[in-house]
Amino acid sequence: MAAGEDNAIEVRGLRNAFGDQVIHEDLDLEVRKGEILGVVGGSGTGKSVLMRSIIGLQTPAAGEVTVFGTPMIDRQEDEAKAIRRRWGVLFQNGALFSTLTVAENVEVPLREYYPRLSEQLLDEIACYKIAMSGLSPEAAPKFPSELSGGMRKRAGLARALALDPELLFLDEPTAGLDPIGAAAFDELLADLQETLGLTVFLITHDLDTLYAICDRVAVLADRKVIAVGTIPELLALDHPWIQEYFNGPRGRAAADTAERTEAGSN
Amino acid sequence: MSGTADFTVDDQGVLRLSGELTLPFLGDLPDRLDALEQPPARIDLAGIDRIDTVGAWLVHRLARDSGASIQGADEDAGQLIEQVANADKPTRVRPEETSSVGRVLARIGLSTITAGQTLLGLVGFLGAIAVGFWSIIRHPRRFRGNAVVRQFEVVGVDALGIVGLMSFLIGIVIAQQGAVQLRQFGAEVFTINLIGRITLRELGVLMTAIMVAGRSGSAFAAQLGSMKLAEEVDAMRTIGVSPMEALILPRVLATVVLMPLLGFYSSLVAIVGGGIFCWISLDIPPATYIQRIREVVPITDLWVGLLKAPVFGAIVAMAGCFQGMQVKGNAEEVGLRTTAAVVQAIFLVIVLDAFFAVFFSSIGWV
Repeated sequence: MAAGEDNAIEVRGLRNAFGDQVIHEDLDLEVRKGEILGVVGGSGTGKSVLMRSIIGLQTPAAGEVTVFGTPMIDRQEDEAKAIRRRWGVLFQNGALFSTLTVAENVEVPLREYYPRLSEQLLDEIACYKIAMSGLSPEAAPKFPSELSGGMRKRAGLARALALDPELLFLDEPTAGLDPIGAAAFDELLADLQETLGLTVFLITHDLDTLYAICDRVAVLADRKVIAVGTIPELLALDHPWIQEYFNGPRGRAAADTAERTEAGSN
Repeated sequence: MSGTADFTVDDQGVLRLSGELTLPFLGDLPDRLDALEQPPARIDLAGIDRIDTVGAWLVHRLARDSGASIQGADEDAGQLIEQVANADKPTRVRPEETSSVGRVLARIGLSTITAGQTLLGLVGFLGAIAVGFWSIIRHPRRFRGNAVVRQFEVVGVDALGIVGLMSFLIGIVIAQQGAVQLRQFGAEVFTINLIGRITLRELGVLMTAIMVAGRSGSAFAAQLGSMKLAEEVDAMRTIGVSPMEALILPRVLATVVLMPLLGFYSSLVAIVGGGIFCWISLDIPPATYIQRIREVVPITDLWVGLLKAPVFGAIVAMAGCFQGMQVKGNAEEVGLRTTAAVVQAIFLVIVLDAFFAVFFSSIGWV
């Protein structure tokens, strides 16, 4: 029980399969409160499926998923709603509602859970969330189809942050962003994490993001989480995929950048 | 002990906030802050348990509007307030609204322009198809036989069941209604004239065109629309494959060729349906029925039907492909365009049918 209190998410013995194709087998994972956990893995190793299992969009074939100490599988709708209020999810392509403007998209969760907020306050909250996510004010009255991919992602983040969640799920947030935008995204996330005490479940392929903001990294391969730890800890393991991932040309470049940034700030 | 957010104001104008300054615990705090009569001189945050960005925003807004200073904020609260202050930019939330009269006028104008553009676009599309056909005739190697045969199957063979069933029932309905009316004049036998002529001349082809518009025209629009959304059409162009030749011509060609066949089949099945009704209900044996049909239906009725069919087919396929290629933006548009394709196709088919009726009677094929 003591261990459970420090963990925002606990996954035990998870199994997911589509027909004959087994995605996860006996997968365990813990996400501690207040940490940014990066989840990496090759394409098709089931990173998104893992996220969907945790947030309840995919019912696993076997295993337990616990969020904030509440089991997520076969739970009552009321309980699930109480938990959902405490998390925000950013899908890969933003998943904005196409018939609503960006500002209205951000207001959707607020209206759903806090119907008593005044119109004016709703608008104000939407505005600063949008600005905080790094979108320009002109984007607020626009419809998703009028935005670029990167802007849609930021709008999606603004919506995920609408309820000031304790737990944030991000599915490849920096994919498709320009390097400046991606760096700003990292910084924003680190800031929010620090001030709000956010727990972040971050699926990413972006090595710079991993070095810049992740407290720990979980590696998905062979249908399970093969290792969890800080990057130096992972580097000490001699799993071929992990070695190739972090010691490949891109991994080294990202490590160098991280080192330089560190040296510069000291 | 955490509790609902609250505040007190003392006589020096210091507003002390307390409790959980977070979204779930705000209660009516925003309204009460708005209702403050005297703007506070200072805002004291020492008494709060927790704060989130919404709480920080309320504090920031109050400080901004009243010019009050903020004191007693711990590091986290200070940072949050700074963050939301940085994010405080004048923003419009909704698209600009115009007056209702202006909106109505704008809609009328917009629909007129859209209608004009659609008509122009359709004519242009017809031209593009003609050019495409011409280039295929000149370079027969570029003709995509496989795609056309595939469309034959989808548009024609797969439709046989539903078109047959529909026509059979329509044949029965015509026979039944005709018999009821003609019985009043003791002219029940003329039911056969009614069935034979109306199915071959009008209903067979018309109902088939409507069915094909619903089955295939909509499918064309949805298929091409999703392909446009997924940038498949753009990918084709960059590889050097002409979407006109690969996607549109096979569909148009298949529909044009198959509509007369389907229409003829539909007429025959309707005649069979009517015949069965006559046999059962009016005691006209099949041999007599067929004999009568041959006597009373002029061959020109068959030509009228068969000449109209390919034109209807071309219209249905063109409307579907044209609307599909107009899709841009989002998935909602695919739905709208699919609907537009079916409505347009059926409308144009009926309009043209009226023209054909006038034309054929004026050349004496009555």
